[in-house]
This record gives sequence, structure tokens and C-alpha cells, in this order.
Amino acid sequence: MPRIGVFVCHCGSNIAATVDCAGVAEATRGFPGVVHAADFKYLCAETGQNLIRDAIAEHRLNRVVVASCSPRMHEPTFRKAVAQAGLNPYLMEMANIREHCSWVHADRQVATAKATEIIRMVVAKVARNEPLTAKQVGLTKRLLVIGGGIAGIQAALDVANAGYQVTLVERTPTIGGKMAMLDKTFPTLDCSACILTPRMVELSQHPNIELRTYAEVLSVKGFVGNFEVEILQKARKVNHLTCTGCGTCWQKCPEKNVPSEFDVGMGRRTASYIPFPQAVPNKPVSDTANCRSVRHLAAKERGEKLMECRVCEKLCPTKSIDWEQKDEIIVDRFGAIIVANGYDTFDHSVYGEYGYGKYPDVITGLQLERLMNASGPTKGEVVRPSDGKHPHSVVFLACVGSRDDKVGRPYCSKICCMYTAKHALMLKEHDPNIQTYVFYLDIRAAGRGYEEFVRRVQEEYGSTYIRGRVSWIYPQDGKLIIKGEDTLLGRPVEVEADLVVLATGITAASGAVDLMQTIGISYDTYGFINEMHPKLRPVETNTDGVYLAGCASGPKDIPDSVSQASAAAVKVCGLFSQDYLTTDPMTSVVDQMKCVGCFLCEEVCPFRAVERETLRGGKVVARINESVCKGCGLCVAACRGEALNLKGFTDQQLLAQVTALLRA
Amino acid sequence: MSVLKFASTDQPGRNGLLALVKAKTGQDVLACYQCGKCSAGCPLSSAMDLAPHQVLRAVQLGQRDLVFQSSAIWLCVTCQTCYTRCPQEVDLPKVMDALRSQAIQEKIRPAERTVKVFHDVFLGLVERFGRLYEVGLIGGYNLLARQPLASADLGLPMLTRGKLELIPRRVKDREQIRAIFKRAAELELEEITGQSVAAAPPASVPS
Amino acid sequence: MSTYAYYPGCSLHGTAKEYDRSARLVCQALGLELREVEDWNCCGASSAHMVSHWLALSLPARNLQPVEKMGLETMTVPCAACYARLKDVSCELKDPEVRAKIGRVLGDQVTGRVTVEPLIGTLTTQEILDKAASLIVKPLTGLKVATYYGCLLTRPPKVAQFDDPENPQSMDRLLRTLGSEVVEWYFKTECCGASLPVARTDIVLDLSRKLLAAAKKAGAEAIVTACPMCHSNLDSRQGEIRGRYGDDFKMPIFFFTELLGLALGYPARELLIANHLTDALSLLQGRGLA
Repeated sequence: MPRIGVFVCHCGSNIAATVDCAGVAEATRGFPGVVHAADFKYLCAETGQNLIRDAIAEHRLNRVVVASCSPRMHEPTFRKAVAQAGLNPYLMEMANIREHCSWVHADRQVATAKATEIIRMVVAKVARNEPLTAKQVGLTKRLLVIGGGIAGIQAALDVANAGYQVTLVERTPTIGGKMAMLDKTFPTLDCSACILTPRMVELSQHPNIELRTYAEVLSVKGFVGNFEVEILQKARKVNHLTCTGCGTCWQKCPEKNVPSEFDVGMGRRTASYIPFPQAVPNKPVSDTANCRSVRHLAAKERGEKLMECRVCEKLCPTKSIDWEQKDEIIVDRFGAIIVANGYDTFDHSVYGEYGYGKYPDVITGLQLERLMNASGPTKGEVVRPSDGKHPHSVVFLACVGSRDDKVGRPYCSKICCMYTAKHALMLKEHDPNIQTYVFYLDIRAAGRGYEEFVRRVQEEYGSTYIRGRVSWIYPQDGKLIIKGEDTLLGRPVEVEADLVVLATGITAASGAVDLMQTIGISYDTYGFINEMHPKLRPVETNTDGVYLAGCASGPKDIPDSVSQASAAAVKVCGLFSQDYLTTDPMTSVVDQMKCVGCFLCEEVCPFRAVERETLRGGKVVARINESVCKGCGLCVAACRGEALNLKGFTDQQLLAQVTALLRA
Repeated sequence: MSVLKFASTDQPGRNGLLALVKAKTGQDVLACYQCGKCSAGCPLSSAMDLAPHQVLRAVQLGQRDLVFQSSAIWLCVTCQTCYTRCPQEVDLPKVMDALRSQAIQEKIRPAERTVKVFHDVFLGLVERFGRLYEVGLIGGYNLLARQPLASADLGLPMLTRGKLELIPRRVKDREQIRAIFKRAAELELEEITGQSVAAAPPASVPS
Repeated sequence: MSTYAYYPGCSLHGTAKEYDRSARLVCQALGLELREVEDWNCCGASSAHMVSHWLALSLPARNLQPVEKMGLETMTVPCAACYARLKDVSCELKDPEVRAKIGRVLGDQVTGRVTVEPLIGTLTTQEILDKAASLIVKPLTGLKVATYYGCLLTRPPKVAQFDDPENPQSMDRLLRTLGSEVVEWYFKTECCGASLPVARTDIVLDLSRKLLAAAKKAGAEAIVTACPMCHSNLDSRQGEIRGRYGDDFKMPIFFFTELLGLALGYPARELLIANHLTDALSLLQGRGLA
């Protein structure tokens, strides 16, 4: 016989303000099986939990209903509390009378009646609860990091330093990400390469880290502790085991006119290349779209004629050029994944009023970084792309592709105010005669030393800040006319500029959505990962064992990205510190007598938890792999023969709930 | 310049101006975050007393006098540059139309009298003839604007080149035109007062 | 032969007669039949919407009714300002509530099934461009023009649904087809002052002067428009601009249909080009085009 105890929580005034908690407790005393009912101000507090534990002993309760908040908040708390009193934790049920009742109603009488009905249903359900036991599965203590920017590097190093094996997959030929492209970092003006490259070298030499550049994740199967991942290693046409990175091939490559991705089109590279001098690995790849030898071979296969090249092959001292090298798929197992796929900058060619991206002297902040960088295409000289002349008047536009609903980017990109201030300062350092103007909407400089930095740029470096968005840019006499408004004065402003720098905002990295779908994690309309909880679980995704770091979940600056990476690393280390993982016992279960082997369940299962089992006599039926099953219930709904049931949510339990409500 | 004062019982965003604009245009002026892109691209803003973004600001703060007495609402030619480029997609020309028609309803003295006169004369001719009568427009305007010689130097060359017709061209069904003017005005008033002004119109109008 | 309902609008029967004449001639030559909307009325232009929302919708709406009765589906509109009003109402009519109210004001049903397009759009489909190219008698070779679209043809893009609001190309394509050189300039859709010339002549002179100066600087010998209001502001105000600012642009302003007409072999006289207040004939005569 069930002996049920009902505990009604006031949640301070969250529930008690609209629900008569004592009245509700009183009303539940008459429900079938209820032998005890009480109300309390905060059941989640230690005193509240003691109240429950004591009542279990005193009234010999074998079922408990806690009527309070959402189980998302406190289910673990109360399960633990009843377990301490010797009860199976799955014999406790929560009735949500806060989110489902008090918060959404104003009328006290109605809310009280509804709370009573909610509890009535849960009492009916809990009477049919069975004790459940969690199972344990083993795990692979190896981490996969996707993305080799600063966030990925930091996460990989932290986990590797804790003694676990790490594989880092990066789709470009080098790690370093966007940070490697920067000249200086705000607000300290550290040389970006000086602080980044030691980390890159450390990573490449770390005994616990396997680095896979020029590679992409193709598929992810499995579950926390046991992921099976397919990785595509793109053909480099260079054998990296024998290549010494001597540089002969990229110095002699005759195809020298490929726009450099690393220099954001400001410079050119060869077809056989390393993206920048400190690239890691410091060994080349041959870009097959532009390599003359590769194109020659492809043409030959099509029966066409194209001049042969093979310069690198002839000159390579270690004979490392390998035209036969093909794309390769590697299958590996990991216990956890950190997604640090980074970001892209907004493509400003959608702005017709700024010239559709066609004015050569309208560049982006990232392009300016490359122009200012000593190892950049101009050796650090800031010149106009159109004529190579030094600019005198430089205009910056903030919020390009940020805070702009019209282009589908209503959010703030967070870093542009700061990097624009940094650019204005650095230009002045490059050439004291340069005048800079910054058209801004608001200055968002929340961070240690950030606001002070922006003030310094205006007060000491004489940058003219104008509050207003620019409406129009057009070329005139070899210069650019910028038409804006000083909204503080309420007057139109026209500035003649030699160079315009657009502070383009942060967008999700190209291919982000495909990657999220491949991994099976949720993302928002902009392609950024949704955190498990925006406040309390900011580096976890909604899939166990998959974590995130850096701009994968939205705009962040370097310190934020690095903090997140370390936070994600701690989560992974916490996971790997266990030898077994406890699985939720609320999984589907097959009644093999009823199963007809139609395998509709197999089709609908998003977790591939349905397996096939041949019974004696040859009948093939479904079996649920409990360590894979997430208890979503799709298979239960799909099963025509009622052979499937969800533990903790059986048909009988749910039916009892509905019946209780209808009979009341 | 006067101080904008908010008493403890005031609700600047709820004094009806925002709601009025919303009702007339469907536009939520609170979406404007004052970036000034509208004013930056406005061909007329340098001639206006309030820049376009300031008009929206005044609406946000419920400053009726500031808005209705401004020259901005009369100088806007609805060239649509602002709306085309607005990051928040606020249809400012529509808002300007609504503010102007409201100022007329409330019989507020227009800051740009001549502009109002021009439109009045223009519409008066359309109401009468169904089409524009350009000679009548210039003549009527000059009379009402008390500028007897305005555009006179253009008149003769235009006349000699056959650009001006001395006799107005008329729509045949002028009664329907007049009815349109009448019922549009009624509907306008009805939407402001929330009450029906006229009985339901006949299903069709005799021609 | 395609048949279009043709809404000339008031200006084309007055100050912009040459636009009307040239439009009708070139359409005929290109095999497009234009049937004037029966008993059309003024669209309300830039005045109605200044005063009354429902007047601004109902006046143009009255012109859509006869089109259906004429058994036609598409209305082509030479005047950019009229186009803006007519297109606006054709979009608004998709809302049944608005449709009912407009019907109430008109005292008649209105369906809003008529498609409204600008004449410049009608005449710049690939099919028409190809046809025009095949019919050219006098190519406009060497004539350097700046194309000027004005505000209302392309804006707001959600309503106008024609070409690009920042850098439209249709008129450019047409003029290149006719052999002329289209200069690169950036004021294609900048406002000329629209309906303000009478009440605030000073503003219109200032805006028109900026446009004329920019076109001249870009190397244009003439400006081509698709709007009688733009044409009037730019063409008829050059004398006043000279008087006030001392700039003597002597910049001929054409309707695109006039240049199309010339290329198709119509004499300037027949196209009424002599009607312009700023002399356009000298330039044409110098090029053997008139």
C-alpha cells in the first residue's frame, strides 16, 4: 500500500503570494494514499529537507510528493533528501506549482484550486512509481577539441596538462585562429603573436595532444563518455612526416597570386603555402584549387592539356611532395567534445549605402590589423589598397552588421567598440599626423581598463568621436565622402576620408549550423550554440559530454574566450575523473513478448538507442541500449503494439494522472 | 531652450503620442534607438529645426508641441532614404505623414506655412477637377502664400513651350472624386475619435 | 503584342508632355500597346499623403478599378511619383481590412489584383532590350550620360520592388544598349527636393545644384531621368541656380524615353525635346542625333 507524504513549499512569496499553501496541504490530506501533508516556507533549505526526512521516518512514508518549483531546479535536491531517509529516490515526484501555477496566475482562489489539482494528479502518479536503479557505464578518457583558435588551444592545453589525451581538429592549415591575425590586443596593447605563439608551440609539442590541422569533423555518434567521431583529413599533397618545413616549396612556387585568407585579401600567397611565418604546424599544404601541378593532373584525367609545373616536387630536398595523397577519413573514440569553432566577421557587402563592398579603400577592422602588422602584406605600413598612398584622414564606422535588425543582426558584437578604439590609437602611433574619426552608437567598454582606454584614445590620441550612424559613403576625387549625423548636436556631418574602416561585427563561423547538426547540439537563429543554462551552465551544451568555448556561443573577447575554455576544460576533467558514468534509469524498456519487430522505434529514435535482438525461435525484437537511451519517449509514442514503455513515465502512471484530474 | 519636466505622475511614453502614431501607422517608435542614420542621409535635415531622429525622440518622450510645431514634419518630402537604410526598420516617412495629418486635425499653425498652402491648393484643385491644373496651382499658391510673383519667371517659357495648359483637364466622374475627399476625411476623423461620423455610404455612387 | 494599361498622370499632360509623347512613340515601336486608363484621376501625388492617410490610398485606388474593367492585368506608370503612390496602394490592398476601408471611401469594390510597374521597368526587360537593340537606327555612341533614378522608383524597396535602392542598373543597361556611355556617379537615388520647389525654392535649388555639379564632375554631358518631378527640378531650375550660385551648368536633362526614341530613329522635333527649358538640342545636333 502506498503511504504518500505531500509537502507544499511556499518558495518565500513566489508561491505563497498567490497560492494558499496551508489550504492546499489540508486539501491533499483527503487524496487516496496520502497519510501526511505539510507546508513549509523553503523546502529546499536544509531545514525543509530535514522536515521531509523526519516525516518519512515518523509516518513510514514510502512515496513523497514535493509541490514546489520546476523539477529542472530541485529534483536532484529532493531525490537526494529522500534517498538519505532510505527511500528509493525515484519514489519522489515533484508537482510544479510555481512555474505552472503561481507565477502565471493572479487570482489567489483560482491558483489555489489549480495547485490542488496539480498535486492530485502527481499523487495519483507517484502511487504507481516503481523503485528504479541507475546503471554504470565505462568511458573513454580522451577529449576532442573542435577549433584551433585561442579558445580551442587553451582548452586543449588545460585538459592535456591534467594528464588526459586530447585531439584538436582545425579546418585551416594552422592553429591560431583570429587571434593570430591581430596585431595588438586591447586594452594592454600586447603584441598578439607574442602572447599567442608560445601557446601554439606548447600545444604542438605537448605529449598528450594530437594535432590535426586541415581536418574537419564529419560525423559524431554515441553519447557522453563514448563518442565515435569520423574526422576528414584533407589531402595536403605534402607528407608531413618527412617534410622539415624548410620553405623551399613555398618560396619557389610559381603560383603567387592567390588572395591570402590570413591577410583577408590584403595580400597574396603562393599555392603551396603556410598561412603565416609562425604557423603551427610550420609545414605547408598545397591548395589544390590553385596548385598548377594538381590542376595539371586533373586536366590530364579529363583528357585536357594544361602546362605541367611540379617545381616544388623537383626542388623538395626531402621528397615530401606527394601528388597521390588523398583525403582520408579517421574514426576515433572520445569521451568528451569541446566545440570552439570560433566566428567570422560580418560580410559588409550587403550594405549598398557603403558601396556593396566594392570601394577598395573601405576595409574592415581585420584587414586593418593585417595592414598594421609587421609580418603583414605591407610589412606594417598602413596604406590605401587603391593607390598605396598613406592615408591622412581615417574614418571608423562602428556597428557594421551589429545592432542592425535590417541585416538580421540585432545583437551587439561586444568587441568592436574596443578594437576600433585600439585601431584609432595604433594609427596615431603609426603616424602622428593621421586624423581619426569614429562614428559610434554607444560605447560599450565594460571590462577592466576598457573605459579608461577609450577615454585615452579620445583625450590623449585626439580621435574625434561622433555619435551617429553613417548613412552614406561615396567616392569623390579619389577620396571618400562620409555622410553622418552628430546626434549630440543634431547636425549633419560630412567627413572627407582617405580610408574607411568598418568595424564589422561577429557572426557564427561559416558552416556552424552544419557542425551543430552533425554533433547534435542546439543553436540559435544566428548559428551560435545555446548554452545548457545561460547563467549557471554557460559552457555546457544541451548534449551531455559536449562543451563549448569562445565565440561558438556568441561574441566574446579574448579574456572571455580563454576563461570559457578553461571552464570547459574543468568540466571535462571532472567528467574524466570518474571511472564510470551513472546513467539515468528513466529509459525505455521493451516488452519483448508484445514486440512484433516492426522497428518503427528504431526509425524515430534520435539517439540510435534501439538495438535488434534475435530470440530463441528466431523472432527479431527490439532492445533498448539503456546507456544510450535518453528517455525522450518518442519510441513509446511510435510503438503500435504498446510494447514500449518509459520507466518513470509508464502509460499506467500517465493514465492515472489524467484519470485523477477527470474524476475530481 | 525650455526644460522637459516630468512630474511624478507623468508617464512620458504613455501620454498618447506614441499610441497615436502606432494607431495611425502601425509603427512602434520605441524601436528607434537614436542612431541618427535617418538624419545623416536626409536631404532636408539641414533645413529642419528638429532632425528626423529628434522628431522620433520627441515622440518617444511624448513632446507634442515640439513635434507638431516643428518645421521638420512639413519639410520631409518622404524621399524614403531614411526608411530604406534604417537599421530598426522604422517607417519614418509614414510617421511624418501621421504627425502632419494630426497637426492639421488639431489645427496647429504649421511652421512651414507655404508648404501647407501648396498642398492645400494642390488638393483643392484635385478635389475640384480630379486632376492637377498646374496654372491653377501656381496662381492659387501665389495668392494664398502672398507671393504674387513666385515662379513667374518660369511661367512664360513654360507657356511658350506648351508645358502649361490654360484650361484645366477634368475627370468625368467628378462627383465620385468629391465623395472620396469627403469620405476620406470622415474616416480620418472617425479613426481619431473612434466614433462613426457618417452613416454607411451607398454601395455605388451614381455617375 | 503585349497590352498595358497606361496611367500617364497629370504631369505628362502638362509640364512633362514630352515624356508622354516619347513614351507612347517608343512603346509603339517596341510592340507594346498602351491603353490609357479610362477617366483616370490624380494619384494625390506628394500632397494627399501629407494630409490624409485615406485620401492618399483612395485617390490612386480609384485608378486601379478601370484597369480590371478594361480586361488588363498590368498597369505601367511613367511618372515615378505616381508609381510610388499606385504601387503603395496595390500593396496595401492585400490587407482585407484596408481593402474594405478603401472600398468604403471609393463607394465601390476594389480588388487590388492589378499589377503596377514603372515604365522604366516595362522597357528594360531582357526581351525589350534585345528588341530595342535590333531596332536601333541612330546609336547614341559617345554620348556620356548620368542616369538619375530619383527617390521613388526604388524606395522603399519593400514597396517599390524595383531594381536596387542604392545602385540601380536598369536605366544604365538600357542606355548602354543604345550605345551611350553611362558615367559612374553616386547620386543616382539622391533626392532632388521633390515637391518642394514651389514652397521652398531655395532648398530645391540647393539640392538640384548638388546633383548637377556631381553629374558634371563625373563627366556627364546630360542627365537621364524617369520622373517628371526630377526632370522639372533639374531642367527648369538651372537659370535660377545660375542666378543664385553663379553655376552655369547648361546640362541637358532627358527622359529616358526621349533618348530611346532618338535611337529608334524618331526626330527630336517629334519627341518634343524642344520643350525643355535647358537647351538639349544643341548637344544632340552636335552629335548628329537631332
